[in-house]
Amino acid sequence: MSEGSPRRGTPPVFLERQSYRRRRVMDGARVLPFLGALLWLVPLLWQEDPEQGVRSSAVIVYLFGVWLLLVLLAGFVAWALGRPAPGDGLGSGGE
Amino acid sequence: MLNTLVAVCIAYALFLFAIAFAAERIAAHGQARWLRSPVVYTLSLSIYCTAWTFYGAVGSAVRSGFEYMAIYLGPSLVLVGWWWILRKLVRIGRSQRITSVADLVSSRYGKSNLLAVGVTLLAVIGTTPYIALQLQSVTLSFEAFSAGEVIVGEEKGHTALWVAAGLALFTVIFGTRNLDANERHNGVVMAIAVEAVVKLFALLAVGVFVVWGLGGGLTETLARIDASELGHWRIDGGRWAGVMLLSAAAFLCLPRIFQVLVVENDNETHLRTASWAFPLYLGLMSLFVVPIAVIGLDLLPEGSNPDLFVLTLPLSQGQGGLAVLSFLGGFSSATSMVIVAAIALSTMVSNHVVMPLWLRFAEPGATVSGDVRTVVLLARRLSIIGVVMLGYLYYRLSGGGEALATIGFVSFAGVAQVLPAMLGGIFWRGASKAGAFTGLILGFVVWNYTLFLPSFGPGVLMPEAWFAHGPFGIGFLRPQAMFGLSDMDPLLHAFFWSMSVNTGGFILGSLVSFPQPLERLQGAQFVNVFEHSTSPRSWTGNVAQSEDLMIMAQRILGARDAQELFEREAEKQGGRGPLPDVTPQFLETLERELAGSVGAATAHAMVGQIVGGMSVSVEDLMAVADETAQMMEYSARLEAQSQELARTAAQLREANAKLTRLSVQKDAFLSQISHELRTPMTSIRAFSEILRDTSGLGDAEKTKYASIIHDEAIRLTRLLDDLLDLSVLENGQVNLNLREGLLSDVLDRAVAAAAADEAGRRLEIRRDRGAEQIVLHTDLDRLSQVFINLIANARKYCDAPRPRLEISVRAGARLAIDFTDNGSGVAAEAQDVIFEKFSRVSDQKAGGAGLGLAICRQIVTRLGGDITYVPGRGGASFRVSLPADLAIAAQ
Amino acid sequence: MSKHVLLIEDEPNIIEAISFILSRDGLAVETHSDGTTANEKLRGARPDLLILDVMLPGKSGYDILRELRADPATAALPVLMLTARGQTRDREMAEREGVSAFMSKPFANSEMLDTVRALLNGVPEEAPGKP
Repeated sequence: MSEGSPRRGTPPVFLERQSYRRRRVMDGARVLPFLGALLWLVPLLWQEDPEQGVRSSAVIVYLFGVWLLLVLLAGFVAWALGRPAPGDGLGSGGE
Repeated sequence: MLNTLVAVCIAYALFLFAIAFAAERIAAHGQARWLRSPVVYTLSLSIYCTAWTFYGAVGSAVRSGFEYMAIYLGPSLVLVGWWWILRKLVRIGRSQRITSVADLVSSRYGKSNLLAVGVTLLAVIGTTPYIALQLQSVTLSFEAFSAGEVIVGEEKGHTALWVAAGLALFTVIFGTRNLDANERHNGVVMAIAVEAVVKLFALLAVGVFVVWGLGGGLTETLARIDASELGHWRIDGGRWAGVMLLSAAAFLCLPRIFQVLVVENDNETHLRTASWAFPLYLGLMSLFVVPIAVIGLDLLPEGSNPDLFVLTLPLSQGQGGLAVLSFLGGFSSATSMVIVAAIALSTMVSNHVVMPLWLRFAEPGATVSGDVRTVVLLARRLSIIGVVMLGYLYYRLSGGGEALATIGFVSFAGVAQVLPAMLGGIFWRGASKAGAFTGLILGFVVWNYTLFLPSFGPGVLMPEAWFAHGPFGIGFLRPQAMFGLSDMDPLLHAFFWSMSVNTGGFILGSLVSFPQPLERLQGAQFVNVFEHSTSPRSWTGNVAQSEDLMIMAQRILGARDAQELFEREAEKQGGRGPLPDVTPQFLETLERELAGSVGAATAHAMVGQIVGGMSVSVEDLMAVADETAQMMEYSARLEAQSQELARTAAQLREANAKLTRLSVQKDAFLSQISHELRTPMTSIRAFSEILRDTSGLGDAEKTKYASIIHDEAIRLTRLLDDLLDLSVLENGQVNLNLREGLLSDVLDRAVAAAAADEAGRRLEIRRDRGAEQIVLHTDLDRLSQVFINLIANARKYCDAPRPRLEISVRAGARLAIDFTDNGSGVAAEAQDVIFEKFSRVSDQKAGGAGLGLAICRQIVTRLGGDITYVPGRGGASFRVSLPADLAIAAQ
Repeated sequence: MSKHVLLIEDEPNIIEAISFILSRDGLAVETHSDGTTANEKLRGARPDLLILDVMLPGKSGYDILRELRADPATAALPVLMLTARGQTRDREMAEREGVSAFMSKPFANSEMLDTVRALLNGVPEEAPGKP
């Protein structure tokens, strides 16, 4: 191989900084649903007592807060993956 | 009021028609880009939110608190985790031109149509009640407006019927405009996007009105919520997680979701936008549900149907306009669901049920001669009407009662049965058709037994006693408490058991079965879709006529599209002609194009029918319906072909090697024949010149020289005789002089002649005279010629210090006479050419011209026997075998 | 003193013909018919000219030629080669091994005589065998 960026099919060991970031964003995209599931399953641990239990207003704020957080994170991931990928053939594949 | 509502309804419907029509027009002018933006894609996904969720979420909140949210959380997680599953599904859908869930599963598992029929059946059973639910919600919302105007049962049915008819009409018009499902339904998608906006806007408007208009602001409302009976967190933990999981699974498997998510997907990057925008949409849809529920409980009279709070709350407050908006929201939710579900189901039904049946019963050759396009369109339209009407029938039969309320989850759990086969198919190469079948059937059965049939209530479809004591009193098999899980929620119970059994059966079935070649091929393509989105499939035939394919493609794709496709492909191949060559790549492309219209299995069979050319018959056409058999035949044929190819290749290689050897030998022979001819001629010429030019030769000398000339002339003649003899034998012009005689006599003569012929070396000959007492009826002179040749060869070529030849005779089924010497034999590589003419084992061992054995073989063949070299006998060993009927053993 | 010619050839009739022709011209002809012992015979005979057949039992004429050219004692010996195969390839092979003249069978007696005389007089023979 003379020069130039490594092509698809010969995965290089070290990536340029941008490609490296992109790989980590993909990892993030993979982790995101598990994060969401985990946060949304937290209410299972709450007490169901009418007196000491969690108030519905708090539930609403919590659940929708997580929702908003996920939307923002997913939006960031989508934005990061949407940028043109330098020398990396493993993008989201859309063109 | 009711009349106004009907007018609004009709106006709204017309508005949707106009939108769809306009979108189609714009798309037809090639300006579909903005129609296909990520936003439209995201909005079209909103068909997940049906009337069941539009109205029912509030009802669910009243009844079971926050549980309704779980229905939205599951799909949100699926979208947020698009990188795992959706990305792959969409890529597979696009690269394989998948038309439906059934098509996906069928394609993955070797294009099995039987599997597709199974999934279709499941989808129809799972979706029909759901459509009924939509019709019911529209009817109920009408009722809410009628407040006082009593709608009698008859009229109730009419409302549903009108709605159903209108929806069927819309779907038929915009859902079957273009046949190729991959050309996508621009009009429908656009209308759905608009409806998505309407329903979101309606719900938000009601929510805002409730919170700020009735609740007195945000904090006030939250306080009211806390003070209400929904004031604290209470939920069945199992249901919270279970419903989340169930809705996520259903989101992946629901035919209508698959339709907009995968089939209608225009661009993979849209998925990226949807990954955050759709969860946002769902969040907004569920944001005001609890406030509406709480305020509704506060303000509306006791016993009001909480399922209609969204409608009745503004109505009760005198907000007619808002109520109508809300009604339109619910109406939108219901109609968009029915439309897309009908399209998705009709695609499945027509591709996997109607078309195979039609192909089976249509006259032979119909795929080329008949107008398939019309048939497919008709099948689609009838399927749409059938699906919608089935929903209506279900609605009428079920009486539109409470039973419908739970049907949403029942439906979810039903379609979720496809999940193991689907996910296994795209992530596990070892997943096999047998596994998919096992899983689906087991899951379907368990789902039916534990959820679907019981959902009609005890005593309706299932005897009451079964609920309490199990079938035939087997308590372990109680439909809602299998194996003693009696404390479990019936939904979770059914979901747990059906999915467990399904997945278990799927994995076990896959592990023990062996997939067919096509399955393995498709498996690799699906699982590794990102590595090779376009890798070759196995079309090997090349006999198909381009014209035939063209005609067939025209019938299905339409003349213009087909011509364009063929021109494009011809150009891609280098433009050698107006029609492309029938290459495997071209067939693959064509098949995928056709698959968009008639499904992968049928397209494959149709192309196969033409590509197979003469070898495909009516039977193959019949086999379309039962594609399992068809695929087996196909792969068997492929295997046979490849075996035959391998055999032919081996034969070719062998022949080539032989030819090369022969060519070398022919050169050598020409040299040899030249030598053989020139040597006597040299003597003849030299001595004739001496006789001519030399004066004073003595008589003795003259005589001597003349006799040398004579001998050499004879030698030349003998050589020419041999050549001639061979030529005559080869051309079959020889006359056999059949006589009777003893084998031993023939051998005697041969031995004597061979000894007389060349008296050079001594050769000891051993014989077994006892065995030679066999009477032959054949050409004895020719036979003896063969023997002489073999004996002479032994004398010439046997390189032992004391050469010895053994002649043994064995009479069995055939008479075998072996000539075995004690020399070094014939080298292995030379054994198969020694019988060819011009063949000489070595030109250093000077001797004949290499014609002897060739002549022998010709003679023996003429006599009905054959001569072979017998390897492994120590020395050179030749066997002359003759048919037994030539031989009559002496008494 | 008459010139001495050694003829190595396996066909008895051809030996007889050549011997007759050359003897009539006053040359001393010695013959030998086995390829394997040809070189020993040659060293012993020390002829002025060697006539060599290509196809000999045991050893080919080319091999004999190569060996005698490698031996300093016989390296300069004029050699006339005879062949019955008459293909150009044979001629090329012979020339590569350093033959002095080459002749295809059958030959005219006069031609044989001319070539032998020319070789013995040290005049290199051009394209013998052509009319």
